Amino acid sequence: MGVSGPGRREFLKLGAAAATSAALCPYPVFARGAAPKVVVIGGGFAGASCARALRKIDPAIAVTLVEPNPTFTACPFSNNVVAGLRELSAQQFTYERVAADGITIARTTATAVDPAARSVTLADGARLPYDRLVMAPGIDIRWGALPGYDEAASATMPHAWRAGEQTLLLRRQLEAMPDGGVVVISAPANPFRCPPGPYERASLIAHFLKTRKPRSKLIVLDAKDVFSKQRLFQQAWADLYPGLIEWVSLSRGGAVTAVDPATRTFVTDFDRHKADVGNVIPPQKAGRIAEVAGVADRSGWCPIDPVTFESRLQPSIHVIGDAAIAGAMPKSAFAANSQAKTCAVVVARLLTGAAPSDPKLINTCYSLIAPDYGISVAGVYEPSGGQLAEVKGAGGVSPAGAPRETRAAEAVLAEAWFRTITAEVFG
Amino acid sequence: MGRFLVAAIGVASIAATAVVSADPPAGAVSCSGCHATSARVTTPVPRLIGVDKAAIVKAMREFRSGQRAGTVMDRIAKGFTDDEIRAIAAWYAGQK
Repeated sequence: MGVSGPGRREFLKLGAAAATSAALCPYPVFARGAAPKVVVIGGGFAGASCARALRKIDPAIAVTLVEPNPTFTACPFSNNVVAGLRELSAQQFTYERVAADGITIARTTATAVDPAARSVTLADGARLPYDRLVMAPGIDIRWGALPGYDEAASATMPHAWRAGEQTLLLRRQLEAMPDGGVVVISAPANPFRCPPGPYERASLIAHFLKTRKPRSKLIVLDAKDVFSKQRLFQQAWADLYPGLIEWVSLSRGGAVTAVDPATRTFVTDFDRHKADVGNVIPPQKAGRIAEVAGVADRSGWCPIDPVTFESRLQPSIHVIGDAAIAGAMPKSAFAANSQAKTCAVVVARLLTGAAPSDPKLINTCYSLIAPDYGISVAGVYEPSGGQLAEVKGAGGVSPAGAPRETRAAEAVLAEAWFRTITAEVFG
Repeated sequence: MGRFLVAAIGVASIAATAVVSADPPAGAVSCSGCHATSARVTTPVPRLIGVDKAAIVKAMREFRSGQRAGTVMDRIAKGFTDDEIRAIAAWYAGQK
């Protein structure tokens, strides 16, 4: 149990004092004052899910969602957009239904957080007071962490790791590339958003090349020796795209030490790879506001309590989604949604003075290797040793050597998952 | 008077318990990532809201033991105890 923060004892005291009137007042702590205020920063899978779940659990909570973009562009399935299998519009969602739940949407950027005063400062200088703050800022690129890769370089060598214009740029470059060209993808060291993402992208680009530009080649330069669903990916690559994908692991010199955007060159310790299309999946960190609020540690990510998702660095601030250090849970949309709903239950309980109970969380993550070839990884998680740990004996990846019908069924389930989760978060 | 107070406190604690037990049990909120809550979503994955408790318990136990073939539920069910499965099933059965 990791309940912390100066407000905790006061909540308990008030909760006990108000207990005798519980039958008449469902919200004892705030029965005599204003409605409890929760501010959520970030309107992605984590933030929007949490804001809506809070309103559903307790309509008396005043929820404000701080999100500058009028449209959310989802990353899951954006590799299909890269490969020309899907339009970007299928990835885009508005906040109309979120607002219709009675959530106030502040369409601006949060520029500062004052944990002592419990307020969020917005770009226009306005201050939003909160009883509890939920931060779901997603990721930022660590510009400059890979020498040569700054924001300007991403106009020539797209990262396409935050979906939108970058996704379309990578797609246009692939479409413009002559047959016989070389595509290079660089994958970062852990941790990063969507662990199987680079390999799904390699797979779907290989599908594009095989059908449209069959004399071309794809090289994946990796800063790791092992990756998510590795055996399944490599088996499928051998079956579907023989000789097309070359994966260069860390121990074989795959770590990229610099890039030259002028010549689209990837530099490694032993080699230089000149690409016709270069996709740099760069090192990442929690979204900038996490650092400003003081909830990110030196790793760039946010340590949290595994029961409450409360920051280990600042009281009354909860961090969910890709920005959080969630132990064994990967940085996936499913995990973000699972954390968000669990966190909403905890926040609602803390606001009424009730103690949180140990949660159990789930992740399910599909990857497509071809439009009709899906694989998955699943996991169940619980607090253990101060972290969210995998429940032993559960979870794992799709079976190796399964028939194509199984892979086709998982491709159908992958699309169903996307429709289901986006309907819950934005629909 | 004394009896009235005792009765009032009794009501209060029952109400407090009811508020607490209305919270979803551990793991329950994660299911809707795949099991749609909206009837408008087209999916082969069954909805759980309002489903008979015994049917959910049976399915989870069969997934867990391998009696029932699954794509991911065989892997996920292994992470839940009998008590947890019963609590989740009861909660979904009671949802509208």
